[in-house]
Amino acid sequence: MPSKYDWPAEGKRSLIGKRISRLDGPDKASGRARYAYDTNRPGGLVAKLLCSPHAHAKITRIDTSEAERAPGVRAVKVMAPAGTEVQWQGFEIAAVAADTEELAQDGVRKIKVEYEILPHLVKEEDVSKAANMIKPSAEETKGNPDSGFSEADAVHEGYYGINTITHCCLESHGQVAEWNGDNCTLYASTQALGRIGGDLAKVLGAEPATANIKPANIRVITEYMGGGFGSKFSIDKWGIVCAQFSKQTGKPVKLMLDRDQELLMAGMRPSDYAKIKLGAKKDGTITAWQHESWSTGGPGGGGAPPIPYVFTEIPNQRKRHIAVSTHTGPARAWRAPNHPQAAALTMCAMDDLAAKLNMNPLDFFIKNLPLTARGDVYKAELLKGAELMDWKTKWHPRGQGGNGYLKRGVGLSLHTWGGRAHDSDCRIVINSDGSVQAQLGSQDLGTGTRTVIGIVAAETLGIPLSGVQVQIGDSNYPPSGASGGSTTVGGVSSSTRRASVKALDKLFEAVAPSLGTTADKLVARDGRIHVEGDPSKSLTWKAACAKLGTKSISEIGRQPARDEGNLNDNGVGGIQMAEVEVDTETGIVSVKKMVAVQDCGLIIDVKTAESQCYGAMIMGVCAALYEERIFDQQTGTMLNADMEFYKLSGIADVGDMVVHMMTGVYDGRGVIGLGEPPAISPPAAISNAVANAIGVRVPTIPLTPDKVLAALEKGGRA
Amino acid sequence: MSKIDSDSHGKNKQPGKKGFSRRSFLGGLGIGGGAVATLPTGLLVESQAAAAPAMGPGPIPVALRINGKVHNLNIEPRVTLLDALRNHLDMTGAKKVCDRATCGACTVIVAGRPVYSCSMLAVEAQGKDIQTIEGLAPSGKLHPVSAAFVENDAQQCGFCTPGFVMAVKAFVDRHPNPTMDQVKKGLGGNLCRCGTYIGVRQAALDAARQMKGGKNA
Repeated sequence: MPSKYDWPAEGKRSLIGKRISRLDGPDKASGRARYAYDTNRPGGLVAKLLCSPHAHAKITRIDTSEAERAPGVRAVKVMAPAGTEVQWQGFEIAAVAADTEELAQDGVRKIKVEYEILPHLVKEEDVSKAANMIKPSAEETKGNPDSGFSEADAVHEGYYGINTITHCCLESHGQVAEWNGDNCTLYASTQALGRIGGDLAKVLGAEPATANIKPANIRVITEYMGGGFGSKFSIDKWGIVCAQFSKQTGKPVKLMLDRDQELLMAGMRPSDYAKIKLGAKKDGTITAWQHESWSTGGPGGGGAPPIPYVFTEIPNQRKRHIAVSTHTGPARAWRAPNHPQAAALTMCAMDDLAAKLNMNPLDFFIKNLPLTARGDVYKAELLKGAELMDWKTKWHPRGQGGNGYLKRGVGLSLHTWGGRAHDSDCRIVINSDGSVQAQLGSQDLGTGTRTVIGIVAAETLGIPLSGVQVQIGDSNYPPSGASGGSTTVGGVSSSTRRASVKALDKLFEAVAPSLGTTADKLVARDGRIHVEGDPSKSLTWKAACAKLGTKSISEIGRQPARDEGNLNDNGVGGIQMAEVEVDTETGIVSVKKMVAVQDCGLIIDVKTAESQCYGAMIMGVCAALYEERIFDQQTGTMLNADMEFYKLSGIADVGDMVVHMMTGVYDGRGVIGLGEPPAISPPAAISNAVANAIGVRVPTIPLTPDKVLAALEKGGRA
Repeated sequence: MSKIDSDSHGKNKQPGKKGFSRRSFLGGLGIGGGAVATLPTGLLVESQAAAAPAMGPGPIPVALRINGKVHNLNIEPRVTLLDALRNHLDMTGAKKVCDRATCGACTVIVAGRPVYSCSMLAVEAQGKDIQTIEGLAPSGKLHPVSAAFVENDAQQCGFCTPGFVMAVKAFVDRHPNPTMDQVKKGLGGNLCRCGTYIGVRQAALDAARQMKGGKNA
């Protein structure tokens, strides 16, 4: 049913769907933007953590007395008392607050800890060595796998895997805590400013000294934050100890993780390895799927990957999974949890089956689209992608990647995501001086949340973007959901739209008499309020707001809201293609070009939407080629908990990138989240391109030179 | 990895000057940064002590000329230029990320060259002109490099951005007519996690065009 809250029709949009620079761009690009890490409060202390150097050990003794006497040290707290069994390197043992960062570090060095070393497991790829650390799940079947395989003209069996990686947020996890009596302000680098205050209050409320602390006592401020990617939803032990130090000393305290701590314990994406068997008829139709998979997410093991991915309707399936617990930093949600792994396993196995059938993978994947939830969307996207990649010219049968030592190839992958809107309240305030504020307790992770809110409010009120002050990043504003799972854009755009329409209705009521009409006859456009169909009867925005006299308008819009506009939806499809060049003498893979074709419903800001896709592809290049937590099973330690050897791609390591957003026909679905989907396919598409280039599969990601050379040798192509 | 090129435009290299930044010290030993973890910290301290007159360990007076203005500090000699800026002068544009001369988020310009300020001691920056991002646009109007970052959306979370802006500024000062290949090599010393490189490349090319003739430098 049409509603006054519905998005304006195409052709009636002045800002939505245009290419608009992010509102906070100037503050970020001039260094004025203040992050949690940049918060320097008067008289503030700095706190540092002592973390376990061992992967698995029992603390037998801990002595902080020397640290307590150290110069400049104001507080010491044991976080893991004697008797604690630490489960990973980087486990929080104790914290020190001191006058300066250097003195806090000195204090940490003076804490004496004795450990009883226990046996550890830090590598999971060879599951036969995991002994008692595994938890097999029950077999799951669908249809009749055995008859499915006997129907097949070709059966392929292969081994595939994708490793654990870290989030490596450039702004490490942490916060500044400052108390004023029983009220605490947390300047936090968080994706969930509306949640962590309550979580902190709950912990403090359970302790006698702070039993009176309630959620309302904690205010969280996140004006800017330097990357989360799913790892920053929790108050974390370091957030609690930071607040306790501040309460105890009566001074503001800053605690930000050091880089090695960030990489060891503040975020990792689970691995997934699988032996996969699948069969198809001569024409490419897949008849059966079978896999045995295993994965780790750290101490808790790793959940079963959602495979077969995208092609979920393969008729006959048999699946088994083994969760492997390891003594490594625990998993956190990582941009599109489980999907990049599922895409890598599924799309690589399918690509190998296509090769076995001597089929062009483009034809093979299109042939099997009836097994997906949105075949028409994928087909349109694959055809568009093939055009942008020049797939027809560039694809060749395996092993025909060129005569020299440099081989070229192309590969593709498909992905899906939900992206449903989260709960969100927005307050729109219109003041008699014409100023407008949009207030939400949301946070902008760099995705463009602030800009999207401004665009929706300005579009709805018919004023320029500069006429809206977007006020977010403070838990004192109306509550809005945590920013994760691509739920933010749908949430904040919908609540802002509703609040803006309601506020505008109030303004229309206030000015209608002076225009000799009724509120329902008024429209707001181009900075004026006028009678519909009679632009001569009008007031400027400023003159209209002046009619409010001493009052302001303040209206709340909510998401979800019943029957109030078709503003958002759930579920998208996307495809990506990669072109690589492989040096078969060194094993080095370089990505020459990537193409992303993505549907996400109505796009509010094309510029920041495209940036999400570019960024996701570049992150995907990092994961496909470079990133790995390198563990030494002998000592149980991570050998590269630094940014020199935990490698991210540099500016020269990514090739040309083409982004095509499926706008127009999909707009009617409303707004759908975009942060996750384009981050899913890159490792799969790149791995498939490498297989196309060199004629053999490099079974596990990342596709490092040693593995490329080993695959060439094994395949007799070295 | 293009990070190998990080010194190709002179970052943290001071020809004719013996510094004791972490990077040049390790470089002098002929070992990579990866050895830091296994290197006893005492060795580093001893070597520094041998190369310079004894200072500290307590706070000592340090004078830094930043964006044309001299700031007098009383800080421990072990304080890095980055920590002096961020923790003692509240100039927080330069960010602490890797703290090991890898990522470039802390880039400032010292004596005309881009430097990883996490790996230069504040005492070593005395007597030199230090330019930070806070000094790029004192009037409040965006510097052409910053403006090009905004226009090309060469930023997402923005945490790498100030360092990247300073690296681009130093780069276009030396390469007023850069090619895309030069941009890729010359900016290899800065890392971004959100994946803004496509925008950064274009921003560098656009900024160079804007700044031609040095009018806006």
